[in-house]
Amino acid sequence: MKVTQLSVFLENKKGRLYDAARVLGSAGIDIKALTIAESEDFGVLRMVVNKPDEALEALKKDGLVASITDIVAVEVSDQPGGLAAVLKVLNDNDINLEYMYAFSEKNADKAIVVFRFDDPDRAIAVLTKNSIRVLGKKEVQGL
Amino acid sequence: MIFNERIECLPNAKLKELQGERLKNFVANIHAKSPFYQKKMAESGVSPSDIKTIDDIVKLPFTVKDDLRDHYPFGLFIEPMEAIQEIHVSSGTTGNPTVVGYSREDIDLWADVIARSLCCAGAEAGDMIQVAYGYGLFTGGLGLHYGSLKLGLTVIPCSSGQTKRQLKIMNDFKPRILACTPSYALYMAETARELGVDPRLSSWQIGIFGAEPWSEAMRKEIEKAWNISAIDIYGLSEIIGPGVACECHLKKGLHVPADVFYPEVIDPKTLEPLASGCPGELVLTPITKAGMPLIRYRTRDIVTIDHAPCACGRTSPRISKVLGRTDDMIIVRGINVFPSQIEEVLLAIEGTQPHYQLVIDREKSGLDRLEVLVELEPSFFSDEVKQLQSFEQHVAKEIETVLGVGVKVRLVEPKTIERSEGKAKRVIDKRSI
Repeated sequence: MKVTQLSVFLENKKGRLYDAARVLGSAGIDIKALTIAESEDFGVLRMVVNKPDEALEALKKDGLVASITDIVAVEVSDQPGGLAAVLKVLNDNDINLEYMYAFSEKNADKAIVVFRFDDPDRAIAVLTKNSIRVLGKKEVQGL
Repeated sequence: MIFNERIECLPNAKLKELQGERLKNFVANIHAKSPFYQKKMAESGVSPSDIKTIDDIVKLPFTVKDDLRDHYPFGLFIEPMEAIQEIHVSSGTTGNPTVVGYSREDIDLWADVIARSLCCAGAEAGDMIQVAYGYGLFTGGLGLHYGSLKLGLTVIPCSSGQTKRQLKIMNDFKPRILACTPSYALYMAETARELGVDPRLSSWQIGIFGAEPWSEAMRKEIEKAWNISAIDIYGLSEIIGPGVACECHLKKGLHVPADVFYPEVIDPKTLEPLASGCPGELVLTPITKAGMPLIRYRTRDIVTIDHAPCACGRTSPRISKVLGRTDDMIIVRGINVFPSQIEEVLLAIEGTQPHYQLVIDREKSGLDRLEVLVELEPSFFSDEVKQLQSFEQHVAKEIETVLGVGVKVRLVEPKTIERSEGKAKRVIDKRSI
């Protein structure tokens, strides 16, 4: 039930994000969600895309440093307290969360967030046990 | 005031005579005690009896930094360890650092040449000096200390750092003289202003600055900031440390005490001597040194030399400020840095490639900032920023251990650091010095 995330190393220099977006565009990649984490010197672009393997190839071919990681996509009720309810489960079960970000698109009336855990399998088990819907590749990446 | 007027104002012919006499004894002594120089001189086909006047010095072989490294740590000492009173260490190009040893006579010589330098700069017995050079393995602090004692100054051995305390001591004790690196002088001025203290009202009237290259523009800046006379002092530990040359109040070149440190300027390619005024590599022979005497040591510093007597009355030759280097050495915060050392470090660290670029910048505060651009190996890329940051810190720590100076590491994409056929552009020096 894990989803594939594509990460790209962005050196802190002019046009690097544009380069990444341009490469993905030419390769016909559809970006479903994205976030950028930055330090003083560099950024890490993280994305959920429709064809991660092809996207990875295209980026590498263009000289960008990229990699693929497993993340977990979760359906969250799109109302106040929806995210808190999911985080409570993680918190109660001592599940370490590295980072998260949200999709802009919705799945019917539900919002989608993705989580990066150091132990995704355990997180999925806990979430499922607590009746939180974990989404598969098909639902998220073919959204 | 001239510290040793008899020697420092010696007419040229008399000076040459003295130099010749000293060189003769110097070479005979080394040849008798040093297997290294016996071999080197035999290879050059020269024996001690060939040295009769100072002009015969050109018959002697050169000594280079690699010779020191190859005989690490004590191989070039010619006196037994019981006769060596002090040891100093500075960084070398690769591997082993440069070790120098001083006999009792060498320490006296050091104190003597620094006392001459201090007088040259305008100090007089009874003055108080704040020594803000680092004390320790670095020669700056102790060299100035010994010379100050010899001249009869009151020494405040502050060492470097703890800027607020430096300023408080200056304000409360009112020393007339400051000795430190020029960049630290600027940094202290900046700190003073931040503390609401006007540096122009300081007690310092004379500043003796060295251990790193600085320009006339920087001199003007320091003189304006502190309202002092900024004097350039030059030296290298292989010869003695600071005190190898120093400006007088006229600031028309740095006086070399040529009765003890014989200077030559050569073409670094042909090794032929160059005429006065032509920029070339400075070669020095410390013709009275005892513990670790070097013959015709190639400093790798590019200077010009002027043999005309100075209006101050001293007849000693004067060298220009250092115009450049024949190797890749750079000086950052008074520390010798060889970029080639970084390559070795990177080779030993998993996750980096041995491609780097060094960017040196002088912050507005006056302190040098060293940034190392390092190419990230794709397999070490992580989607977690904190992992990449801790990797940067790890690399920085490894580099710092070898260079002895703090650096900031910045990860860059692979294959983005310029490669060229010839000498790679490893160093970008943005300092306007």
